[in-house]
Amino acid sequence: MELLMRYGVPRPAARWMAGAAYYAGVAAICVPFVFVFYWMVLGAMKTQVQNTASPPIFLFRPTFENFYKVFVANQFVQYIVNSFTVSGGATLLALLLGLPAAHVIARYRQRGIALGILVARMAPHLSYVVPFFILFQWLGWIDTYAAIILSHLVITLPIVVWVMIGAFEDVPLELEEAARIDGCSRWQVFTRISLPVSRTALATATILSFIFSWNNFLFALILTGPERRTLPVAVFNFMSGDEIDWGGLSAAATLITLPILVLILFVQRHIVQGMTAGGLKE
Amino acid sequence: MSTSRSQALAGGATAVAAPPGPAGPRELLERHFSRLLPLPAVLTIGGLIIFPLAFNLYMSLQTWFVSSTTPPKFVGLANFLEIFGTDVRFWNATWITVKFTGISVTVQLALGMAIALYLHREFVGRGLVRTVMLLPMVSTPAAVALIWVIMFNPTLGILNYFLSQVGIPPLLWLGHPRTVLPSLILMDTWKWTPLMVLILHSGLQSLPLSPFEAARIDGASAVQVFRYITLPLLRPSIAVALIFRTMDSLKTFDTIYVMTEGGPNNASEILNLYTFQTGFKYFHMGYASALAVVLVLFVFAVNLALIRVRERSWSY
Repeated sequence: MELLMRYGVPRPAARWMAGAAYYAGVAAICVPFVFVFYWMVLGAMKTQVQNTASPPIFLFRPTFENFYKVFVANQFVQYIVNSFTVSGGATLLALLLGLPAAHVIARYRQRGIALGILVARMAPHLSYVVPFFILFQWLGWIDTYAAIILSHLVITLPIVVWVMIGAFEDVPLELEEAARIDGCSRWQVFTRISLPVSRTALATATILSFIFSWNNFLFALILTGPERRTLPVAVFNFMSGDEIDWGGLSAAATLITLPILVLILFVQRHIVQGMTAGGLKE
Repeated sequence: MSTSRSQALAGGATAVAAPPGPAGPRELLERHFSRLLPLPAVLTIGGLIIFPLAFNLYMSLQTWFVSSTTPPKFVGLANFLEIFGTDVRFWNATWITVKFTGISVTVQLALGMAIALYLHREFVGRGLVRTVMLLPMVSTPAAVALIWVIMFNPTLGILNYFLSQVGIPPLLWLGHPRTVLPSLILMDTWKWTPLMVLILHSGLQSLPLSPFEAARIDGASAVQVFRYITLPLLRPSIAVALIFRTMDSLKTFDTIYVMTEGGPNNASEILNLYTFQTGFKYFHMGYASALAVVLVLFVFAVNLALIRVRERSWSY
Protein backbone atom coordinates (compact mmCIF):
# COMPACT_ATOMS: atom_id res chain seq x y z
CA MET A 1 0.00 0.00 0.00
CA GLU A 2 2.84 2.37 0.89
CA LEU A 3 4.43 1.47 -2.41
CA LEU A 4 1.32 2.41 -4.37
CA MET A 5 1.02 5.70 -2.53
CA ARG A 6 4.63 6.53 -3.31
CA TYR A 7 3.70 6.30 -6.99
CA GLY A 8 0.95 8.85 -6.48
CA VAL A 9 -2.06 6.59 -6.00
CA PRO A 10 -4.45 8.35 -3.60
CA ARG A 11 -4.91 6.70 -0.20
CA PRO A 12 -8.46 5.27 -0.53
CA ALA A 13 -7.69 3.81 -3.94
CA ALA A 14 -4.41 2.37 -2.66
CA ARG A 15 -6.21 0.77 0.27
CA TRP A 16 -8.82 -0.70 -2.04
CA MET A 17 -6.18 -2.09 -4.38
CA ALA A 18 -4.20 -3.64 -1.54
CA GLY A 19 -7.36 -5.27 -0.22
CA ALA A 20 -8.24 -6.62 -3.65
CA ALA A 21 -4.71 -7.99 -4.06
CA TYR A 22 -4.99 -9.73 -0.70
CA TYR A 23 -8.28 -11.37 -1.67
CA ALA A 24 -6.79 -12.44 -4.99
CA GLY A 25 -4.09 -14.21 -2.99
CA VAL A 26 -6.67 -15.91 -0.76
CA ALA A 27 -8.55 -17.05 -3.85
CA ALA A 28 -5.36 -18.38 -5.41
CA ILE A 29 -4.73 -20.43 -2.26
CA CYS A 30 -8.24 -21.84 -2.22
CA VAL A 31 -8.64 -22.69 -5.90
CA PRO A 32 -6.49 -25.86 -6.01
CA PHE A 33 -8.24 -27.32 -2.96
CA VAL A 34 -11.69 -26.72 -4.41
CA PHE A 35 -10.85 -27.57 -8.00
CA VAL A 36 -10.65 -31.33 -7.44
CA PHE A 37 -14.18 -31.37 -6.03
CA TYR A 38 -15.41 -29.08 -8.80
CA TRP A 39 -13.93 -31.44 -11.39
CA MET A 40 -15.49 -34.42 -9.62
CA VAL A 41 -19.01 -32.92 -9.70
CA LEU A 42 -18.53 -31.74 -13.28
CA GLY A 43 -17.41 -35.21 -14.33
CA ALA A 44 -20.43 -36.73 -12.64
CA MET A 45 -22.70 -34.59 -14.83
CA LYS A 46 -21.03 -35.28 -18.17
CA THR A 47 -21.59 -38.07 -20.65
CA GLN A 48 -18.73 -40.47 -21.39
CA VAL A 49 -18.07 -38.65 -24.69
CA GLN A 50 -17.86 -35.28 -22.93
CA ASN A 51 -15.66 -36.75 -20.20
CA THR A 52 -13.13 -38.09 -22.65
CA ALA A 53 -13.14 -35.04 -24.91
CA SER A 54 -9.87 -33.32 -25.68
CA PRO A 55 -9.45 -30.48 -24.86
CA PRO A 56 -11.56 -30.83 -21.69
CA ILE A 57 -15.06 -29.32 -21.73
CA PHE A 58 -16.08 -26.83 -19.06
CA LEU A 59 -19.50 -25.78 -20.37
CA PHE A 60 -22.13 -28.35 -21.28
CA ARG A 61 -25.68 -29.40 -20.57
CA PRO A 62 -25.59 -31.39 -17.32
CA THR A 63 -27.00 -34.89 -17.24
CA PHE A 64 -28.04 -36.95 -14.22
CA GLU A 65 -27.72 -40.15 -16.21
CA ASN A 66 -24.57 -41.17 -14.28
CA PHE A 67 -26.26 -41.03 -10.89
CA TYR A 68 -29.15 -43.03 -12.25
CA LYS A 69 -26.74 -45.62 -13.67
CA VAL A 70 -24.84 -45.89 -10.40
CA PHE A 71 -27.99 -46.60 -8.45
CA VAL A 72 -29.56 -49.04 -10.86
CA ALA A 73 -26.64 -51.05 -12.12
CA ASN A 74 -24.48 -51.52 -9.09
CA GLN A 75 -26.41 -52.46 -5.95
CA PHE A 76 -25.33 -49.07 -4.77
CA VAL A 77 -28.25 -48.77 -2.38
CA GLN A 78 -27.00 -51.88 -0.59
CA TYR A 79 -23.50 -50.39 -0.30
CA ILE A 80 -24.89 -47.14 1.09
CA VAL A 81 -26.83 -49.10 3.70
CA ASN A 82 -23.67 -51.10 4.47
CA SER A 83 -21.56 -48.00 4.91
CA PHE A 84 -24.06 -46.32 7.21
CA THR A 85 -24.46 -49.50 9.28
CA VAL A 86 -20.73 -50.09 9.61
CA SER A 87 -19.77 -46.50 10.43
CA GLY A 88 -22.78 -46.04 12.70
CA GLY A 89 -22.17 -49.33 14.47
CA ALA A 90 -18.44 -48.80 14.92
CA THR A 91 -19.04 -45.28 16.23
CA LEU A 92 -21.77 -46.33 18.64
CA LEU A 93 -19.66 -49.19 19.98
CA ALA A 94 -16.67 -46.88 20.36
CA LEU A 95 -18.80 -44.42 22.33
CA LEU A 96 -20.16 -47.13 24.62
CA LEU A 97 -16.69 -48.49 25.32
CA GLY A 98 -14.70 -45.30 25.07
CA LEU A 99 -16.70 -42.72 27.02
CA PRO A 100 -16.49 -44.45 30.43
CA ALA A 101 -12.83 -45.24 29.80
CA ALA A 102 -12.02 -41.65 28.86
CA HIS A 103 -13.80 -40.37 31.97
CA VAL A 104 -11.79 -42.63 34.23
CA ILE A 105 -8.52 -41.85 32.47
CA ALA A 106 -9.19 -38.13 32.83
CA ARG A 107 -10.33 -38.25 36.46
CA TYR A 108 -8.31 -41.07 37.98
CA ARG A 109 -5.09 -40.55 36.00
CA GLN A 110 -4.92 -43.99 34.44
CA ARG A 111 -2.15 -43.19 32.00
CA GLY A 112 -1.45 -46.79 31.08
CA ILE A 113 -4.72 -47.10 29.22
CA ALA A 114 -4.13 -43.81 27.45
CA LEU A 115 -0.74 -45.06 26.29
CA GLY A 116 -2.30 -48.27 24.99
CA ILE A 117 -4.71 -46.23 22.92
CA LEU A 118 -1.90 -44.08 21.58
CA VAL A 119 -0.18 -47.28 20.42
CA ALA A 120 -3.39 -48.29 18.67
CA ARG A 121 -3.46 -44.85 17.02
CA MET A 122 0.10 -45.15 15.75
CA ALA A 123 0.11 -48.74 14.53
CA PRO A 124 -0.29 -49.02 10.75
CA HIS A 125 -3.51 -50.73 9.81
CA LEU A 126 -1.51 -53.17 7.77
CA SER A 127 -0.34 -54.79 11.00
CA TYR A 128 -3.94 -55.65 11.87
CA VAL A 129 -4.96 -57.00 8.54
CA VAL A 130 -3.30 -60.42 8.54
CA PRO A 131 -4.42 -61.40 12.07
CA PHE A 132 -7.96 -60.10 11.49
CA PHE A 133 -8.24 -61.89 8.17
CA ILE A 134 -7.12 -65.22 9.60
CA LEU A 135 -9.26 -64.82 12.75
CA PHE A 136 -12.45 -63.88 10.91
CA GLN A 137 -11.83 -66.51 8.26
CA TRP A 138 -11.59 -69.07 11.04
CA LEU A 139 -14.76 -67.79 12.69
CA GLY A 140 -16.54 -67.78 9.34
CA TRP A 141 -17.24 -64.05 9.73
CA ILE A 142 -15.80 -62.82 6.45
CA ASP A 143 -18.35 -60.60 4.69
CA THR A 144 -20.42 -60.02 7.84
CA TYR A 145 -21.20 -56.79 9.66
CA ALA A 146 -19.64 -58.18 12.86
CA ALA A 147 -16.18 -58.56 11.33
CA ILE A 148 -16.06 -55.18 9.64
CA ILE A 149 -17.53 -53.28 12.59
CA LEU A 150 -15.11 -54.88 15.05
CA SER A 151 -12.16 -54.09 12.80
CA HIS A 152 -13.27 -50.46 12.52
CA LEU A 153 -12.97 -50.13 16.31
CA VAL A 154 -9.25 -49.82 15.61
CA ILE A 155 -10.13 -46.48 14.00
CA THR A 156 -13.05 -45.22 16.08
CA LEU A 157 -12.04 -46.13 19.64
CA PRO A 158 -8.78 -44.13 19.72
CA ILE A 159 -10.57 -41.08 18.30
CA VAL A 160 -13.36 -41.20 20.87
CA VAL A 161 -11.05 -41.82 23.81
CA TRP A 162 -8.44 -39.19 22.91
CA VAL A 163 -10.95 -36.46 22.14
CA MET A 164 -12.94 -37.19 25.28
CA ILE A 165 -9.98 -37.42 27.68
CA GLY A 166 -9.23 -33.80 26.90
CA ALA A 167 -12.86 -32.78 27.27
CA PHE A 168 -13.40 -34.62 30.55
CA GLU A 169 -10.24 -33.11 31.99
CA ASP A 170 -11.68 -29.67 31.28
CA VAL A 171 -14.86 -30.33 33.27
CA PRO A 172 -14.44 -28.19 36.43
CA LEU A 173 -13.61 -30.42 39.35
CA GLU A 174 -15.72 -28.26 41.70
CA LEU A 175 -18.77 -29.10 39.63
CA GLU A 176 -18.24 -32.82 40.08
CA GLU A 177 -17.46 -32.44 43.77
CA ALA A 178 -20.61 -30.41 44.31
CA ALA A 179 -22.62 -33.15 42.63
CA ARG A 180 -21.01 -35.76 44.87
CA ILE A 181 -21.88 -33.76 47.98
CA ASP A 182 -25.44 -33.43 46.74
CA GLY A 183 -25.63 -37.20 46.71
CA CYS A 184 -24.79 -38.25 43.17
CA SER A 185 -23.06 -41.57 42.81
CA ARG A 186 -19.87 -41.60 40.76
CA TRP A 187 -21.79 -43.11 37.87
CA GLN A 188 -24.31 -40.29 38.05
CA VAL A 189 -21.53 -37.71 38.13
CA PHE A 190 -20.38 -39.23 34.88
CA THR A 191 -23.76 -39.42 33.14
CA ARG A 192 -25.34 -36.23 34.50
CA ILE A 193 -22.43 -33.84 34.86
CA SER A 194 -19.42 -34.83 32.77
CA LEU A 195 -21.28 -35.97 29.67
CA PRO A 196 -23.70 -33.05 29.29
CA VAL A 197 -20.99 -30.49 30.04
CA SER A 198 -18.77 -32.03 27.32
CA ARG A 199 -21.41 -32.25 24.65
CA THR A 200 -19.50 -30.23 22.05
CA ALA A 201 -16.56 -32.57 22.32
CA LEU A 202 -18.96 -35.49 22.25
CA ALA A 203 -20.36 -34.26 18.94
CA THR A 204 -16.85 -33.77 17.56
CA ALA A 205 -15.76 -37.25 18.65
CA THR A 206 -18.88 -38.83 17.19
CA ILE A 207 -18.61 -37.09 13.86
CA LEU A 208 -14.86 -37.60 13.47
CA SER A 209 -15.17 -41.24 14.36
CA PHE A 210 -18.00 -41.66 11.87
CA ILE A 211 -16.09 -39.90 9.09
CA PHE A 212 -12.89 -41.88 9.53
CA SER A 213 -14.79 -45.14 9.65
CA TRP A 214 -16.76 -44.07 6.59
CA ASN A 215 -13.53 -43.26 4.74
CA ASN A 216 -11.71 -46.47 5.55
CA PHE A 217 -10.94 -48.66 2.59
CA LEU A 218 -8.42 -51.28 3.74
CA PHE A 219 -10.49 -53.29 6.23
CA ALA A 220 -13.48 -53.53 3.92
CA LEU A 221 -11.19 -54.50 1.05
CA ILE A 222 -9.97 -57.54 2.98
CA LEU A 223 -12.87 -58.47 5.21
CA THR A 224 -15.90 -58.01 2.96
CA GLY A 225 -17.20 -59.59 -0.19
CA PRO A 226 -20.11 -58.63 -2.40
CA GLU A 227 -22.64 -58.62 0.48
CA ARG A 228 -21.17 -56.23 3.05
CA ARG A 229 -18.85 -54.18 0.87
CA THR A 230 -18.68 -50.52 1.92
CA LEU A 231 -18.76 -47.52 -0.41
CA PRO A 232 -15.01 -46.83 -0.81
CA VAL A 233 -14.44 -50.39 -2.05
CA ALA A 234 -17.56 -50.28 -4.20
CA VAL A 235 -16.32 -47.10 -5.89
CA PHE A 236 -12.90 -48.61 -6.43
CA ASN A 237 -14.53 -51.42 -8.37
CA PHE A 238 -15.57 -48.87 -11.00
CA MET A 239 -11.91 -48.89 -12.00
CA SER A 240 -11.97 -52.48 -13.17
CA GLY A 241 -13.12 -53.36 -16.65
CA ASP A 242 -11.67 -52.45 -20.02
CA GLU A 243 -12.87 -48.90 -20.27
CA ILE A 244 -13.15 -46.73 -17.17
CA ASP A 245 -16.60 -45.21 -16.81
CA TRP A 246 -15.47 -41.69 -15.88
CA GLY A 247 -18.96 -40.34 -15.31
CA GLY A 248 -20.06 -43.25 -13.15
CA LEU A 249 -16.85 -43.05 -11.16
CA SER A 250 -17.27 -39.34 -10.55
CA ALA A 251 -20.93 -39.76 -9.63
CA ALA A 252 -20.10 -42.48 -7.12
CA ALA A 253 -17.27 -40.41 -5.65
CA THR A 254 -19.64 -37.45 -5.33
CA LEU A 255 -22.20 -39.59 -3.51
CA ILE A 256 -19.60 -40.80 -0.99
CA THR A 257 -18.43 -37.26 -0.28
CA LEU A 258 -21.87 -35.74 0.32
CA PRO A 259 -22.60 -37.16 3.81
CA ILE A 260 -19.17 -36.02 5.00
CA LEU A 261 -19.81 -32.49 3.77
CA VAL A 262 -23.06 -32.35 5.69
CA LEU A 263 -21.40 -33.67 8.85
CA ILE A 264 -18.42 -31.32 8.93
CA LEU A 265 -20.66 -28.28 8.65
CA PHE A 266 -21.81 -29.00 12.21
CA VAL A 267 -18.44 -29.21 13.89
CA GLN A 268 -15.98 -27.55 11.56
CA ARG A 269 -14.62 -25.31 14.30
CA HIS A 270 -13.55 -28.33 16.34
CA ILE A 271 -12.36 -30.78 13.73
CA VAL A 272 -8.66 -29.94 13.79
CA GLN A 273 -8.69 -29.86 17.57
CA GLY A 274 -10.23 -33.32 17.51
CA MET A 275 -7.80 -34.69 14.95
CA THR A 276 -4.82 -33.65 17.03
CA ALA A 277 -6.40 -34.54 20.38
CA GLY A 278 -3.79 -35.48 22.94
CA GLY A 279 -1.15 -33.54 21.08
CA LEU A 280 -1.61 -30.07 22.46
CA LYS A 281 -1.82 -30.95 26.13
CA GLU A 282 0.18 -32.84 28.77
CA MET B 1 -27.91 -50.70 32.87
CA SER B 2 -31.27 -48.98 33.19
CA THR B 3 -32.11 -50.89 36.39
CA SER B 4 -28.86 -50.00 38.08
CA ARG B 5 -29.50 -46.42 37.10
CA SER B 6 -32.99 -46.28 38.55
CA GLN B 7 -31.69 -47.92 41.74
CA ALA B 8 -29.05 -45.27 41.94
CA LEU B 9 -31.76 -42.68 41.52
CA ALA B 10 -33.79 -44.10 44.41
CA GLY B 11 -30.70 -44.53 46.59
CA GLY B 12 -29.75 -40.89 46.65
CA ALA B 13 -27.38 -39.62 49.27
CA THR B 14 -27.09 -42.84 51.21
CA ALA B 15 -25.35 -44.43 48.25
CA VAL B 16 -22.17 -42.49 48.89
CA ALA B 17 -21.70 -43.68 52.45
CA ALA B 18 -23.17 -47.17 52.03
CA PRO B 19 -21.62 -49.51 54.62
CA PRO B 20 -19.84 -52.61 53.32
CA GLY B 21 -22.65 -55.11 53.40
CA PRO B 22 -24.13 -57.55 50.89
CA ALA B 23 -23.11 -55.59 47.79
CA GLY B 24 -25.55 -55.20 44.92
CA PRO B 25 -24.36 -54.41 41.43
CA ARG B 26 -24.69 -50.71 42.12
CA GLU B 27 -22.46 -50.79 45.23
CA LEU B 28 -19.94 -52.88 43.31
CA LEU B 29 -19.87 -50.32 40.53
CA GLU B 30 -19.47 -47.52 43.07
CA ARG B 31 -16.69 -49.17 45.03
CA HIS B 32 -14.60 -50.35 42.09
CA PHE B 33 -15.62 -47.46 39.86
CA SER B 34 -12.21 -46.52 38.50
CA ARG B 35 -11.38 -50.14 37.76
CA LEU B 36 -14.72 -51.31 36.37
CA LEU B 37 -15.56 -48.39 34.13
CA PRO B 38 -12.67 -48.65 31.68
CA LEU B 39 -12.74 -52.45 31.75
CA PRO B 40 -14.66 -52.95 28.49
CA ALA B 41 -12.39 -50.53 26.67
CA VAL B 42 -9.28 -52.07 28.20
CA LEU B 43 -10.36 -55.51 27.08
CA THR B 44 -11.19 -54.22 23.62
CA ILE B 45 -7.91 -52.40 23.30
CA GLY B 46 -6.08 -55.41 24.66
CA GLY B 47 -7.82 -57.50 22.05
CA LEU B 48 -7.19 -54.93 19.35
CA ILE B 49 -3.50 -54.34 20.10
CA ILE B 50 -2.17 -57.38 21.89
CA PHE B 51 -3.96 -60.00 19.85
CA PRO B 52 -2.80 -58.74 16.43
CA LEU B 53 0.74 -58.03 17.60
CA ALA B 54 1.08 -61.40 19.30
CA PHE B 55 -0.48 -63.16 16.36
CA ASN B 56 1.85 -61.41 13.95
CA LEU B 57 4.84 -62.41 16.06
CA TYR B 58 3.65 -66.02 16.07
CA MET B 59 2.91 -66.08 12.33
CA SER B 60 6.17 -64.36 11.50
CA LEU B 61 8.00 -67.50 12.63
CA GLN B 62 6.00 -69.72 10.28
CA THR B 63 5.80 -70.23 6.60
CA TRP B 64 2.26 -70.57 5.38
CA PHE B 65 0.32 -69.98 2.19
CA VAL B 66 -3.37 -69.40 2.76
CA SER B 67 -4.40 -71.13 -0.40
CA SER B 68 -2.55 -74.36 0.30
CA THR B 69 -4.00 -77.16 2.42
CA THR B 70 -0.81 -77.66 4.42
CA PRO B 71 -0.76 -76.20 7.94
CA PRO B 72 1.74 -73.47 8.95
CA LYS B 73 5.28 -74.75 9.37
CA PHE B 74 7.68 -73.38 11.98
CA VAL B 75 10.77 -71.89 10.38
CA GLY B 76 12.26 -69.83 13.21
CA LEU B 77 13.74 -66.53 12.18
CA ALA B 78 14.07 -67.52 8.53
CA ASN B 79 11.54 -64.89 7.40
CA PHE B 80 13.43 -62.10 9.15
CA LEU B 81 16.78 -63.32 7.83
CA GLU B 82 15.33 -63.21 4.35
CA ILE B 83 13.83 -59.74 4.85
CA PHE B 84 17.04 -58.15 6.07
CA GLY B 85 19.42 -60.32 4.07
CA THR B 86 18.29 -60.91 0.55
CA ASP B 87 14.95 -59.17 0.05
CA VAL B 88 15.74 -56.39 -2.41
CA ARG B 89 12.09 -55.51 -2.71
CA PHE B 90 11.89 -54.84 1.06
CA TRP B 91 14.80 -52.41 0.95
CA ASN B 92 13.30 -50.72 -2.07
CA ALA B 93 10.00 -50.34 -0.21
CA THR B 94 11.74 -48.97 2.88
CA TRP B 95 13.58 -46.37 0.82
CA ILE B 96 10.39 -45.33 -0.98
CA THR B 97 8.55 -45.05 2.35
CA VAL B 98 11.28 -42.79 3.73
CA LYS B 99 11.22 -40.65 0.57
CA PHE B 100 7.43 -40.44 0.44
CA THR B 101 6.98 -39.50 4.09
CA GLY B 102 10.06 -37.29 4.31
CA ILE B 103 9.33 -35.23 1.23
CA SER B 104 5.58 -34.91 1.63
CA VAL B 105 5.72 -33.93 5.30
CA THR B 106 8.47 -31.37 4.65
CA VAL B 107 6.72 -29.84 1.65
CA GLN B 108 3.41 -29.74 3.50
CA LEU B 109 4.97 -28.09 6.53
CA ALA B 110 6.67 -25.38 4.46
CA LEU B 111 3.61 -24.73 2.32
CA GLY B 112 1.32 -24.89 5.34
CA MET B 113 3.47 -22.36 7.18
CA ALA B 114 3.43 -19.96 4.22
CA ILE B 115 -0.35 -20.19 3.83
CA ALA B 116 -0.98 -19.91 7.58
CA LEU B 117 1.12 -16.74 7.73
CA TYR B 118 -0.68 -15.29 4.73
CA LEU B 119 -4.09 -15.98 6.25
CA HIS B 120 -3.03 -14.68 9.66
CA ARG B 121 -5.02 -11.47 9.70
CA GLU B 122 -8.62 -10.36 10.01
CA PHE B 123 -10.64 -10.54 6.82
CA VAL B 124 -14.23 -11.15 5.80
CA GLY B 125 -14.79 -14.73 4.65
CA ARG B 126 -12.28 -16.40 6.92
CA GLY B 127 -14.82 -19.03 7.96
CA LEU B 128 -15.37 -19.91 4.33
CA VAL B 129 -11.65 -20.39 3.78
CA ARG B 130 -11.53 -22.73 6.76
CA THR B 131 -14.37 -24.81 5.35
CA VAL B 132 -12.55 -25.02 2.03
CA MET B 133 -9.43 -26.20 3.85
CA LEU B 134 -11.35 -28.89 5.69
CA LEU B 135 -12.70 -30.49 2.51
CA PRO B 136 -9.59 -32.30 1.25
CA MET B 137 -8.60 -33.71 4.61
CA VAL B 138 -11.96 -35.23 5.52
CA SER B 139 -12.79 -36.49 2.04
CA THR B 140 -12.70 -40.23 1.40
CA PRO B 141 -9.14 -41.08 0.28
CA ALA B 142 -10.15 -43.86 -2.09
CA ALA B 143 -12.76 -41.64 -3.77
CA VAL B 144 -10.63 -38.53 -4.26
CA ALA B 145 -7.71 -40.72 -5.34
CA LEU B 146 -9.88 -41.93 -8.21
CA ILE B 147 -10.64 -38.34 -9.21
CA TRP B 148 -6.88 -37.71 -9.24
CA VAL B 149 -6.44 -40.77 -11.44
CA ILE B 150 -8.82 -39.12 -13.90
CA MET B 151 -6.95 -35.81 -13.67
CA PHE B 152 -3.56 -37.52 -14.06
CA ASN B 153 -4.65 -39.35 -17.23
CA PRO B 154 -1.79 -38.80 -19.72
CA THR B 155 -3.93 -38.34 -22.83
CA LEU B 156 -7.20 -36.84 -21.60
CA GLY B 157 -6.44 -35.61 -18.09
CA ILE B 158 -6.96 -32.01 -17.09
CA LEU B 159 -3.46 -31.64 -15.62
CA ASN B 160 -1.71 -32.28 -18.92
CA TYR B 161 -4.17 -29.87 -20.52
CA PHE B 162 -3.10 -27.18 -18.04
CA LEU B 163 0.54 -27.96 -18.75
CA SER B 164 -0.05 -27.68 -22.48
CA GLN B 165 -1.64 -24.24 -21.96
CA VAL B 166 1.62 -22.96 -20.51
CA GLY B 167 3.71 -24.74 -23.10
CA ILE B 168 5.00 -27.67 -21.05
CA PRO B 169 5.02 -31.08 -22.80
CA PRO B 170 2.65 -33.68 -21.29
CA LEU B 171 3.81 -35.92 -18.44
CA LEU B 172 3.02 -39.57 -17.83
CA TRP B 173 2.36 -38.81 -14.13
CA LEU B 174 1.43 -42.13 -12.49
CA GLY B 175 2.53 -44.07 -15.54
CA HIS B 176 6.28 -43.61 -15.30
CA PRO B 177 8.66 -44.80 -12.53
CA ARG B 178 10.33 -41.38 -12.39
CA THR B 179 7.18 -39.28 -12.06
CA VAL B 180 4.97 -41.62 -10.05
CA LEU B 181 6.30 -40.72 -6.59
CA PRO B 182 6.22 -36.94 -7.18
CA SER B 183 2.65 -37.33 -8.49
CA LEU B 184 1.59 -39.22 -5.38
CA ILE B 185 3.30 -36.62 -3.20
CA LEU B 186 1.42 -33.91 -5.09
CA MET B 187 -1.87 -35.61 -4.33
CA ASP B 188 -0.90 -36.15 -0.68
CA THR B 189 0.13 -32.51 -0.42
CA TRP B 190 -3.23 -31.45 -1.77
CA LYS B 191 -4.99 -33.61 0.81
CA TRP B 192 -2.91 -32.83 3.89
CA THR B 193 -1.45 -29.33 3.60
CA PRO B 194 -4.75 -27.95 4.98
CA LEU B 195 -4.20 -29.80 8.26
CA MET B 196 -0.80 -28.10 8.59
CA VAL B 197 -2.38 -24.74 7.74
CA LEU B 198 -5.14 -25.10 10.31
CA ILE B 199 -2.86 -26.33 13.12
CA LEU B 200 -0.28 -23.58 12.49
CA HIS B 201 -2.97 -20.96 11.98
CA SER B 202 -4.57 -21.65 15.34
CA GLY B 203 -1.06 -21.67 16.81
CA LEU B 204 -0.39 -18.19 15.38
CA GLN B 205 -3.73 -17.03 16.68
CA SER B 206 -2.85 -17.96 20.25
CA LEU B 207 0.57 -16.24 20.33
CA PRO B 208 1.01 -13.29 22.72
CA LEU B 209 1.05 -9.91 20.98
CA SER B 210 3.63 -8.08 23.10
CA PRO B 211 6.82 -9.59 21.56
CA PHE B 212 5.61 -8.58 18.11
CA GLU B 213 4.85 -5.02 19.18
CA ALA B 214 8.25 -4.74 20.85
CA ALA B 215 9.96 -5.98 17.69
CA ARG B 216 8.06 -3.48 15.56
CA ILE B 217 9.07 -0.63 17.80
CA ASP B 218 12.67 -1.79 17.61
CA GLY B 219 12.38 -1.75 13.82
CA ALA B 220 12.81 -5.45 13.14
CA SER B 221 12.23 -6.58 9.55
CA ALA B 222 9.50 -9.08 8.66
CA VAL B 223 12.09 -11.80 8.11
CA GLN B 224 13.70 -11.09 11.47
CA VAL B 225 10.34 -11.20 13.22
CA PHE B 226 9.57 -14.55 11.64
CA ARG B 227 13.00 -16.02 12.34
CA TYR B 228 13.47 -14.83 15.92
CA ILE B 229 9.94 -14.47 17.30
CA THR B 230 7.28 -16.35 15.34
CA LEU B 231 9.27 -19.52 14.73
CA PRO B 232 10.46 -20.10 18.32
CA LEU B 233 7.07 -19.26 19.81
CA LEU B 234 5.31 -21.49 17.32
CA ARG B 235 7.52 -24.49 18.10
CA PRO B 236 4.84 -26.43 20.05
CA SER B 237 2.36 -26.14 17.16
CA ILE B 238 5.02 -27.14 14.64
CA ALA B 239 5.89 -30.17 16.74
CA VAL B 240 2.26 -31.27 16.91
CA ALA B 241 1.78 -30.77 13.17
CA LEU B 242 4.95 -32.73 12.38
CA ILE B 243 4.22 -35.62 14.71
CA PHE B 244 0.63 -36.12 13.60
CA ARG B 245 1.44 -35.80 9.92
CA THR B 246 4.35 -38.23 10.15
CA MET B 247 2.25 -40.70 12.11
CA ASP B 248 -0.48 -40.64 9.49
CA SER B 249 1.84 -40.47 6.50
CA LEU B 250 3.46 -43.72 7.59
CA LYS B 251 -0.04 -45.26 7.58
CA THR B 252 -0.80 -44.22 3.99
CA PHE B 253 -2.31 -47.06 2.02
CA ASP B 254 -5.67 -46.30 0.42
CA THR B 255 -4.59 -43.58 -1.98
CA ILE B 256 -1.49 -45.33 -3.28
CA TYR B 257 -3.24 -48.69 -3.60
CA VAL B 258 -6.06 -47.10 -5.56
CA MET B 259 -3.82 -44.99 -7.80
CA THR B 260 -0.91 -47.29 -8.61
CA GLU B 261 -1.00 -50.53 -6.58
CA GLY B 262 2.68 -49.83 -6.01
CA GLY B 263 3.63 -49.63 -9.68
CA PRO B 264 4.97 -49.07 -12.21
CA ASN B 265 7.93 -51.37 -11.55
CA ASN B 266 7.33 -51.11 -7.79
CA ALA B 267 8.39 -47.47 -8.02
CA SER B 268 5.67 -46.41 -5.58
CA GLU B 269 5.60 -49.51 -3.41
CA ILE B 270 5.82 -48.26 0.17
CA LEU B 271 6.14 -50.79 3.02
CA ASN B 272 2.38 -50.86 3.60
CA LEU B 273 1.80 -51.82 -0.03
CA TYR B 274 4.53 -54.48 -0.01
CA THR B 275 3.12 -56.08 3.15
CA PHE B 276 -0.35 -56.07 1.63
CA GLN B 277 0.76 -57.59 -1.67
CA THR B 278 2.73 -60.30 0.13
CA GLY B 279 -0.28 -61.29 2.19
CA PHE B 280 -3.18 -60.79 -0.15
CA LYS B 281 -1.76 -61.12 -3.64
CA TYR B 282 0.75 -63.92 -3.06
CA PHE B 283 -1.01 -65.23 0.09
CA HIS B 284 2.33 -65.70 1.79
CA MET B 285 0.95 -65.08 5.30
CA GLY B 286 4.01 -65.96 7.36
CA TYR B 287 6.21 -63.60 5.42
CA ALA B 288 3.55 -60.87 5.44
CA SER B 289 3.35 -61.15 9.24
CA ALA B 290 7.12 -60.82 9.52
CA LEU B 291 6.93 -57.71 7.32
CA ALA B 292 4.14 -56.35 9.52
CA VAL B 293 6.29 -56.85 12.62
CA VAL B 294 9.17 -54.98 11.01
CA LEU B 295 6.77 -52.27 9.84
CA VAL B 296 5.33 -51.75 13.34
CA LEU B 297 8.81 -51.56 14.87
CA PHE B 298 9.89 -49.07 12.19
CA VAL B 299 6.82 -46.85 12.69
CA PHE B 300 7.12 -46.92 16.49
CA ALA B 301 10.81 -46.10 16.32
CA VAL B 302 10.18 -43.05 14.12
CA ASN B 303 7.26 -41.83 16.21
CA LEU B 304 9.03 -42.31 19.53
CA ALA B 305 12.08 -40.49 18.21
CA LEU B 306 9.88 -37.56 17.17
CA ILE B 307 8.08 -37.48 20.52
CA ARG B 308 11.45 -37.64 22.33
CA VAL B 309 12.84 -34.74 20.33
CA ARG B 310 9.71 -32.76 21.02
CA GLU B 311 9.88 -33.40 24.77
CA ARG B 312 13.50 -32.31 24.87
CA SER B 313 12.92 -29.08 22.98
CA TRP B 314 9.73 -28.54 24.97
CA SER B 315 11.47 -27.26 28.10
CA TYR B 316 13.70 -24.70 26.53
